[in-house]
Amino acid sequence: MSAWGNIRTIAKREMGGYFASPVAYVFIVIFLLLAGFFTFMAGGFFERQEASLNAFFTWHPWLYLFLVPAVGMRLWSEERRLGTMELLLTMPITTWQAIVGKFLASWLFLILALVLTFPVIITVNYLGNPDNGVIFCAYIGSLLMAGSYLAISCMTSALTRNQVVSFIISVVICLFLILCGYPPVTNLLLRLESPRLVETVAAFSVMTHFEGFQKGVLDSRDIIFFLSIIGFSLFTTGVIIRGNRAG
Amino acid sequence: MIRVENLSKSFGPKLAVNNISFQVERGEVLGFLGPNGAGKSTTMRMVTGFIPPSGGKLSVGGFDIVEKPIEAKRLIGYLPENAPSYADMTVSGFLHFTAEIRGLRGDAKKRAVNRVVEMCFLENVLHQSVETLSKGYRHRTCFAQSIIHDPDVLILDEPTDGLDPNQKHEVRTLIRRMGEKKAIIFSTHILEEVEAVCSRAIIIDRGQIVANGTPQELKQRSDLAGAVSLRVNGVPTDVIKQKISVLPLSKKITILKESPQKVSLRVFPKPGSADGELARNLAELSMKENWHIEELHTEEGRIDEVFRSITMPDTVRKEESK
Repeated sequence: MSAWGNIRTIAKREMGGYFASPVAYVFIVIFLLLAGFFTFMAGGFFERQEASLNAFFTWHPWLYLFLVPAVGMRLWSEERRLGTMELLLTMPITTWQAIVGKFLASWLFLILALVLTFPVIITVNYLGNPDNGVIFCAYIGSLLMAGSYLAISCMTSALTRNQVVSFIISVVICLFLILCGYPPVTNLLLRLESPRLVETVAAFSVMTHFEGFQKGVLDSRDIIFFLSIIGFSLFTTGVIIRGNRAG
Repeated sequence: MIRVENLSKSFGPKLAVNNISFQVERGEVLGFLGPNGAGKSTTMRMVTGFIPPSGGKLSVGGFDIVEKPIEAKRLIGYLPENAPSYADMTVSGFLHFTAEIRGLRGDAKKRAVNRVVEMCFLENVLHQSVETLSKGYRHRTCFAQSIIHDPDVLILDEPTDGLDPNQKHEVRTLIRRMGEKKAIIFSTHILEEVEAVCSRAIIIDRGQIVANGTPQELKQRSDLAGAVSLRVNGVPTDVIKQKISVLPLSKKITILKESPQKVSLRVFPKPGSADGELARNLAELSMKENWHIEELHTEEGRIDEVFRSITMPDTVRKEESK
C-alpha cells in the first residue's frame, strides 16, 4: 500500500481519537473563549480604532504556548502508556509514516480551531475596511506557528509515557522560542551584549518570524523557519522512538 | 516460515537473549515456555520487528526483518503481551482501523472484520468503546486484530492470559485449528496448554534455549516418565515393599500415601527397561500374591516437572537431598 494511504489511515484514527472524547470540544471552546478575551478585552480591539486584526494575532504566540502542548502531549506518550506503540510499529508501516500521520491529524485539528475564529473577520469587515490580504497572511503565519509548537510537543511526548511531563517540557521549549525574540527580553540583552548577538538569538524566535506575517509579508525565510522547526522536531521524534525501541 | 539464527539482544550490560536459533514451518505450533524474564517476550518482539536484534539473523517468510521490515511485517499477525488496544475507540472502529492499515479496503475490509468478529465472539460489544470492556473481551479484541489479515505467521504473547476457563478453551481450539495452515509461535505459563496445542515446545531460561522438542519428548525427560503408580488394599506396606524390591526391573520405591487399609506407592524402573514392562511385572506379581489392586498405571511424565528441573536446577536438587 502507498505511503500516503498509510499516513491517511493513521491520521484518520488520530482525528477520531480527538472527537471520541470531550477533549476536542473542551479545547475548541477554551481556545475560542481565550482568543475572544485577549482580542476584545486585553488587546483593546475597539479602543484601537483601526480596521485590522492586530489585537487578535498579537496574542497567538502566548495563546498557543499552553494550548498547543495540551493537544500534542498525548500523541506518543499515550501510545507508550497503553502499549499500543508495539501494535502500531509492528504493522506494515514505517515509523515516519506513523509520525507524519499523527502530526498531520493534530495539525488539522488546530487548523479547524483556528478556522472557527472566523467571526472576528466578519466583525472587522463589518466595522471597517481592513486589508483582507494581511489577515489571510497572518492566518497562514499563525497556523505555521501552531504547527511548529505542535511538532515540538510531538517530540517531547515521545520522550516520556507521562503526559504531564511531556506538556511541561514542551511549554518550556516553546516559551524559550518566544522569549528570545520578545521585546522586553531583547531590550535587556541589548543593554548587556552586542546587537549582533541579540540579532542571532532573536532569529530563533517565533516572535520575530511571526511579525512579518502579521504585517502581511510572506517572506520565504519566515516560512522556511517554521517548516524547518517542524521538520527538525519530527525527525528528532523518529530518532527518539528508534532509541526507545532499541532499549 | 520463521528462521532465527544466533539471535541475541542486550539491554545495556544485560544480555536478555543469548544466541538462540530455531525454525518454525507452516503447520507448526511452537510453544514458548520459560520463567518470567527469561527472554520470551523480547524474542517475540524481535521476530515481529518491534525491537531490533543486537546480533544474529532473523527472517520471516524469506524476508529479513531488519532489511525488509515492511514485507516481513505484512506476513505477521501479532498479539502483544497484555493485549493493548486504543482505549477510546470502539471495537468496530479499532478493527476497521487495523484492517485498513493492513491494506484491506472496501468489501474485503468489511468481510475481514465480519470474519474475525464471528471467530472471536465480539458481536455483542461491537459498538462499545474498548475501555468499557472486560479483560476477556479486550483480549479477544486484540486477538481479532492479529488475525484480521489472515496472516501466514502468528505471534501470540500469552494469548490465554486473563481469560476464564471457557474462553481459554475457545482460544486453544482456535490456535490449534489455525495451526494447521499457519506457522504459530505462542508463549504461555500454563503447561497443560503446551500439551493441548503445541506440536513443538521450546523452553527458554536466562535468554537461552534449554530444551526443544515435542511435548511427548519433553515429558520423557521427566524423572517420573516410566514409573508405575500402584494402589493396594489390605496388604501391609512392608510386605509389598519387600516383594516388589526383589523384582529385577524395580530400582526405587516411594510411598505416596499410607493409611491402615490402603497404600499408594510409586515404583521407578531401572534405566533401559522396555515401555510397560514394569507394569506387566507388577500385575503378574499381584496376581500371584493375590493382592487387591485398586489402581495400576504407568506415568507418562509431566511437563511441569521437566520445566522445574530445567529452569531451577538448584532448588530441585536441594529438595531431593532433603
